[in-house]
Amino acid sequence: MSVVEAVAEPAHPLLEMRGISKSFPGVKALDGVDVALYAGTVTALIGENGAGKSTLVKVLTGIYQPDAGDILVDGAPVRFADAQAAMRAGITAIHQETVLFDELTVAENIFLGHAPKSRLGLVDWAAMRARAGALLHAIDAPISPYARLKDLSIAQRHLVAIARALSVEARVVIMDEPTAALSHKEVEDLFRIIERLKGQGKAILFISHKFEEIYEIAERFVVFRDGRSVGAGRLAETGQDEIVRMMVGRSVEHVFPKAEVAIGGPVLEVAGYSHPTEFADISFTLRRGEILGLYGLVGAGRSEFCQALFGITRPSAGRLTLEGKALAIRSPQDAIAAGIVYVPEERGRHGAVLPMPIFQNVSMAVLGRTTRAGFLRLAEEFTLARRYAERLDLRAAALSVPVGTLSGGNQQKVVIAKWLATLPKVIILDEPTKGIDIGSKAAVHAFMSELAAEGLSVIMVSSELPEILGMSDRVMVMREGRLAGIWERDGLDAETLVRAATGNA
Amino acid sequence: MSTMPLDKPTVRRIPDKLSTPTARLLGSWESLLAAVAIAIFFANSLASPHFLDPWNLSDATYNFTEKAMIAFAMTLLIISGEIDLSVAAIIALASTAMGAAAQMGFGAPALVGIGLGAGLLCGAFNGLLVARIGLPSIVVTIGTMSLFRGIAQIVLGDKAYGGYPADFAWFGQGYMSDLSWWPSWHAFEVVTFEMVAFLVFALLFGVLLHMTAFGRRIYAIGNNAFAAEFSGIPVRRTKFVLFLLTGLMSGVAAVCLTSRLGSTRHSIAAGWELEIITMTVLGGVSILGGSGSIGGVVLAAIVMGLVTFGLGLLNVPGIVMSIFTGLLLILVIALPIVVRRLRASS
Repeated sequence: MSVVEAVAEPAHPLLEMRGISKSFPGVKALDGVDVALYAGTVTALIGENGAGKSTLVKVLTGIYQPDAGDILVDGAPVRFADAQAAMRAGITAIHQETVLFDELTVAENIFLGHAPKSRLGLVDWAAMRARAGALLHAIDAPISPYARLKDLSIAQRHLVAIARALSVEARVVIMDEPTAALSHKEVEDLFRIIERLKGQGKAILFISHKFEEIYEIAERFVVFRDGRSVGAGRLAETGQDEIVRMMVGRSVEHVFPKAEVAIGGPVLEVAGYSHPTEFADISFTLRRGEILGLYGLVGAGRSEFCQALFGITRPSAGRLTLEGKALAIRSPQDAIAAGIVYVPEERGRHGAVLPMPIFQNVSMAVLGRTTRAGFLRLAEEFTLARRYAERLDLRAAALSVPVGTLSGGNQQKVVIAKWLATLPKVIILDEPTKGIDIGSKAAVHAFMSELAAEGLSVIMVSSELPEILGMSDRVMVMREGRLAGIWERDGLDAETLVRAATGNA
Repeated sequence: MSTMPLDKPTVRRIPDKLSTPTARLLGSWESLLAAVAIAIFFANSLASPHFLDPWNLSDATYNFTEKAMIAFAMTLLIISGEIDLSVAAIIALASTAMGAAAQMGFGAPALVGIGLGAGLLCGAFNGLLVARIGLPSIVVTIGTMSLFRGIAQIVLGDKAYGGYPADFAWFGQGYMSDLSWWPSWHAFEVVTFEMVAFLVFALLFGVLLHMTAFGRRIYAIGNNAFAAEFSGIPVRRTKFVLFLLTGLMSGVAAVCLTSRLGSTRHSIAAGWELEIITMTVLGGVSILGGSGSIGGVVLAAIVMGLVTFGLGLLNVPGIVMSIFTGLLLILVIALPIVVRRLRASS
């Protein structure tokens, strides 16, 4: 630590972003953000999922071009036409899921796209291996440049990704959730490397959800919320509570409607639900007419748990009781028959069959009801589809157009319609409003209240705190595959949930 | 809809469909195929004076009936996102089994049972490897293609099985007019058993694919197996049944072909898998799965049968026909993709 403290922080930022904005159809991902990075300094970028962090990284690395705003390197404005240009300017990133190639060697992965060339213009393999070896040595990574990537552990792959990031003359290193998949020991190794990079005068942007790590490694911070930079400063002068408030900082009551609904008796009781690798010992009771929010960081095991409830994966231990009767769910068919349905997070991949018409998607899980002796009755299917389309205020040209032609919000309505048609008792919604426009979002929220009022029990997985706080009767938090706590809505604040989710008591 | 608890004042009425059935039919691949079939029919009748002879035409149907019966099952399989390259090898194995049984003196009904049973067993084997163990069907069936025909080759060597019972010949050579209940009108005289089998299976598979829940699930699986699984559709069981069906239809084709030829060599039906897949793809079934119709495959079978017959009347050698099949396969796979690219760029 003493080395770092001896280096005085420079007065002028190495890299500065001023008023950067970036919009996508229906979403303003970045809205005039300011970020400054200093040489020899780690700056933590903090914010909820969807606050605009990943978009910022993509703008900084030349993958996206900003709609407005300036990027300055050493005070001079620059413009990155593509990823290569950003790399030449010395900006390099280790992404959440760095793209590496299993079948290539470590050296090839490190130098892919900028391999050293011989005079004939061919790849200079000897130089490439030597330089890869030197880079790996420089970060104390005991990995052979000849090894194939597929033979390495996740942590070793990470080191290769870091070596790759340093293989260009990097001045700015962006690390996007670098510790997400690492063990405690591996995180310590990573931090040693970061200290060394600091010593070399590199500016580091460190993105993480975990407060203990941020306070351990970073000197400065920037907080993002809804695509804006809402706070920045030195961590030594700023408490965790203050940062959590900046992350959340808005009154949620006005954004999300949750009608008051009389909560009934227990419907679903889960006891000691466990999975070999993803989650362990989850127990709770879901009541009639209740919306139970399930909050947690990405990778906390929320989707995996919900998919086990729905029979996609099988639990290794635990009991389920639905309306007083013991239940064994081994497949989605079992779950649907019992009245438990799941609206998955990845709408296009798991939720809807996009090339097929709306009415066929709606009837997909209830073909037993719309057919007679196995024969389709199209009139029944159209009637069913129309009933739910009107109820959900679906916007479509016709019920026979492919679901893929609809907007994200309307696709989500089709998936929800499919499950309502099964007349479920419990509906699990996994990030139900992710990536859909504001209008549809409000419609989905209003509809969830309506369902609860009709006596349905809802489990809502969400990474958006306002949604969780606005919609839930109770909130359950998962952290690293375990239950971190369950809270009643009354008097619950965002800070409590963030602390529980990040393990920062 | 007055029973609906809605507080929205106006409910948007969404129509069922946008275009009329006639408009959709006119713009379809099937209409194009029908037009092509008619054009080839006229070209053939101009090219050769023998073409329009009813008995010639009746003989011509053998060019496609047996292959088409397998193509119907293949249609379902390809729509579900799988493929079976071992179908011709199943014919060889089933035919060998029937030949061996015939040597042992079994009668026609037993031979038919053995042929269908052998087809079912081979289909079950493919299905187990793909649906239960989860191997890619293209690899599995390339393997079983060699395996099944290899067994036939070991059993038969250079020999051929012959000596099938006389009544067994009817399946591949018989006319419906041999049956007492068949109407004795002149025009119906030339109708063969295989032609009727072709039409009946076309109807059965058409109903299964287009009018039942089972058929709907096949489309769902082929378009998005994940979403199908997440919707409670038994994806693996459905795929297993489809392999079983394809094996069974290969058995049916084996009965017809063996009966027609009256002998079994290990090279029986060599190269048919390619023609069957060409027929399926020409019929408008997407090789990527998810779309296609039995009607299209029926028309494609007729088109291919007419072309083969026409080329035969013109004394075009067999090797040219196989070049034609290869070119046709590439063309029909490339055509939809090229059209889509052109549309996207314009």
